[in-house]
Amino acid sequence: MQPTDENAFPPGPSPRPTPAAARHRRRLRHALCAGAAALALVGAAAVGPAGPAAATSAQDSGDGGDDGGGDGGDGDRTVLTAAVAQSVDSLSPFLAVTLVATTLNRLMYDSLVNYDVKTQEPIPGLAEKWEPSDAGRTWTYTIRDGVEWSDGRPLTAEDARWTFHTMMTDDAAGTANGSYVTNFEKVSAPDPRTLVVELKEPQATMNSMDLPIVPKHVWKDVDNLGKFNNDADFPVVGSGPYVLTDFKTDSYVTFERNENFWRGAPKFDEVTFKYYKETDAAVAALRKGEVSFVPDLTPAHAASLADHPDIKVNDGQGRRFWAIAVNPGARDVEGRTFGDGHPALLDPKVRKALFHAVDRDVIVNKVLQGHGVVGAGYIPPRFADYHWKPSADQEVGYDPQEAARLLDEAGYELKDGKRVGKDGRPLDFRMLCHATDPKDKAAGKYLEEWWGALGIGLDLQCLDNVGDPWVAGEYDLAFDGWSVNPDPDFVLAIHTCAALPESEDVVGQTDNFICDKEFDRLYAEQLATYDDPAKRAETVQEMQSVLYDTGYMNVLAYPNSVEAYRTDHIKSITAMPAGNGNIWGQDGSWSWATAVPAAAASEDDDGSALGVVLGGGAAVVIVAAASVVFTLRRRATAEDRE
Amino acid sequence: MSTADPPVTPAAEKAAPGARGAAGSSRRAYLGYVAGKLAGAAVSLFAILVTSFFLFRIIPGDPVKTMTHGRKVDAEQLAALRRQYGLDLPLWEQFTRYVGDALTGDLGDSYQFNEPVLDLIRERVPATLLLTGTAVVLYSALGLWLGTRAAWRHGGLGDKVNTGVALTFWSVPHFWLGMLLIIFFSVGVGPLPGLFPTGGMESGGEEGPAYVVDVVHHMVLPVLTLVAACYAQTLLVMRSSLLDEMGSDYLTAARAKGLRDDLVRRRHAVPNALLPTITLVFVNLGFIAAGSILVETVFSWPGLGGLFYQALSVPDLPLIQGLFIVYAGSMILMSVVADLIYPLFDPRVGR
Repeated sequence: MQPTDENAFPPGPSPRPTPAAARHRRRLRHALCAGAAALALVGAAAVGPAGPAAATSAQDSGDGGDDGGGDGGDGDRTVLTAAVAQSVDSLSPFLAVTLVATTLNRLMYDSLVNYDVKTQEPIPGLAEKWEPSDAGRTWTYTIRDGVEWSDGRPLTAEDARWTFHTMMTDDAAGTANGSYVTNFEKVSAPDPRTLVVELKEPQATMNSMDLPIVPKHVWKDVDNLGKFNNDADFPVVGSGPYVLTDFKTDSYVTFERNENFWRGAPKFDEVTFKYYKETDAAVAALRKGEVSFVPDLTPAHAASLADHPDIKVNDGQGRRFWAIAVNPGARDVEGRTFGDGHPALLDPKVRKALFHAVDRDVIVNKVLQGHGVVGAGYIPPRFADYHWKPSADQEVGYDPQEAARLLDEAGYELKDGKRVGKDGRPLDFRMLCHATDPKDKAAGKYLEEWWGALGIGLDLQCLDNVGDPWVAGEYDLAFDGWSVNPDPDFVLAIHTCAALPESEDVVGQTDNFICDKEFDRLYAEQLATYDDPAKRAETVQEMQSVLYDTGYMNVLAYPNSVEAYRTDHIKSITAMPAGNGNIWGQDGSWSWATAVPAAAASEDDDGSALGVVLGGGAAVVIVAAASVVFTLRRRATAEDRE
Repeated sequence: MSTADPPVTPAAEKAAPGARGAAGSSRRAYLGYVAGKLAGAAVSLFAILVTSFFLFRIIPGDPVKTMTHGRKVDAEQLAALRRQYGLDLPLWEQFTRYVGDALTGDLGDSYQFNEPVLDLIRERVPATLLLTGTAVVLYSALGLWLGTRAAWRHGGLGDKVNTGVALTFWSVPHFWLGMLLIIFFSVGVGPLPGLFPTGGMESGGEEGPAYVVDVVHHMVLPVLTLVAACYAQTLLVMRSSLLDEMGSDYLTAARAKGLRDDLVRRRHAVPNALLPTITLVFVNLGFIAAGSILVETVFSWPGLGGLFYQALSVPDLPLIQGLFIVYAGSMILMSVVADLIYPLFDPRVGR
């Protein structure tokens, strides 16, 4: 299974705001520079820039004065621009699986249940309340009264019924979130405010139904849901805080605020996501003020931005764990094994020895440069209810001597600096690493050193596509990581026996082929505990303890979400959860829905606008001077030689 | 890379005006030449179709598994997907289908964008043509001009400076140069204000003349990067081929007739030295469609180079395959064009 963000199941919401400030000023500047540039490029006459520049500035700035950050009173539009890198796979909530697309979907469509921005507890969304009955097999959701789609039509239980029913019956519609509804027996909407879901088995996740609900009156006419990307007819009717108004693949995604949003219209008039395929370029754009928010910064970027007076770096708690996964012998549900995992790793002592030799503090301090938390249990500390830590005598701490002792005990003796098994096979492990993730490579170097000191060889295989060897079970160790949702069901489900593939030829939901009876028993127990959150949390913690003891999944760290925004564009933006949460990748659209534009234009903008005029002028002068010199010289040489 | 086979030897004489009588036969010869080149191009194109099909099937990995990565799918769903993409057919049948589809303009569907490959490519082509096309024209012109000057006064300070500067830019990694330009001219350093956008092709929401201005504004830095990085090759080729001409008798004769140095250069030396450079220009034009992966990525330019990068990182086989055909096809097309107009510059070629 692919441990990258893209596949993280329920998509994390992560909108990125860029403040709108300075937009018309920017336009003026654009126009001027463009004019100058055009001049330079085409060698046109000096009239060039005046025309278009005047046109643009007249068209969008009424007052020529402030940057329009917050005071919308004078007709200035407030625009929040955020940099994004990942391509959108589809804007249809039935198909979208990438983090960016699912995040955008959350801006467009609200769900029955939301997560509280402070506590991450499930709170009423489109459903104002819900109730289980029939021993958790029937769930009745009461749809909020008076909610409207962005086109003014009422949002009713029928829309929700149609959405779920379509996912159950249309294969293509189940592409992204089909597993949410596999346990649904029947969905009905007896009246416009009541949605009834009948289940085959009770499931606790019904308390957190955060799937986007789409408008039936728009979607029922779609011919082929598998081909419909929802990105052609604007504006796209929705129920979220923003309405999609324009989209160009890998260029930009534009949203207009939804005046009908039931929680109240957001403060920014417009939110635009602009593509920067290079983080360096995105950071440059942030410095310049061309974008107001940049996510996914490296420690080096964060350090370089730390002193900027108008930029705030948010080093928020991440929602991911970063782990070493061990191949426990790939197998299918029937127990048929495949792949070529190293047999020595089946020995619990060898696994324990490996992890005793890993110094997690060094990983956090050197590789993550402090932007992270030392790993322990499976679920990150951000989710305090479910987070679990091993007890003192259970913990496999940094202890190279103990590691060496365990290896001796397991019969892997040190010969010429190499640990060799009784069968003569040395302990040489292959480790999959994501070539696109620099931290994998960096941590791999440390592991090479630590394990090398024990006499264990490591062959770090950094690939763009780790998926192929991964699903084929052709690896020994691997760097792994998943985004965790407030409801931990998904990241737990991927370690159950039921997630194993049906056969070697197909793909299962399993992460790394773990199959443990005790874990499965507890998984079923927590899923059925729909009415007692505390008890469920306890079971989930117990599951993590079992998982930890198997030694097949060892969490190195929980990397922080490092992101930055301009305080002169965005006055405030809500991080989730309260305390040290993150902005991009939230469960919900809180950050964008509640961002407040900064009130005053910064003086820098005036300065740079003036500078642009000067700069543009200078460019024109330089080009003109160069051509004069050139012509003169040319004439001179001709005469000289004559 | 190019099928063009340029004559490098200078035409010692201008096309003999005395050959008028043979006009009819030379036209026939030219048509034969054209037909031969076109047939050759068709064969090359077909070879590319074949290569692209088999090349991308040698790559390990099951496309259906790649597509369904991280999702639970059962054997039936996989079989359905295989059927949908025709992967359950015998190889030869897949091949004939593929060739048939490709000839009718159907290059399959991209895995990651869930869209027909041809639509994706069509969407991106204008951006790439605009960026790389402008750059090729500019750097060819700049290289020609500077190369001529450098050769005409070779060994002088101007020659040394020009050649040195060009080689320096040529050796610098493109993405690094692009990044520097962004830092200096987009963000601004010290008293220098940020003059240009940091990336993309448009700000969005503009129309009419404002849109044109906006796009030009976005183009400046990427074009500048490409020009700086690439003009050296035209410069060097032009310089060396002009140097070859410089000792020729016909130049001495021209000077003896009392022509100005300037005219000797422009009317006599340069046209004869131009041939290898023209070949180079057409090779570069062939690369226009390929764009520049690095420059497009640094400047977030929504063109084919960026798309290729995106396709490779998945890997999105139908998209890679489609781009491969487009790249190779444009190369062949430009070679043919070069071959066809070559006789206009050097009559010996068509004979």
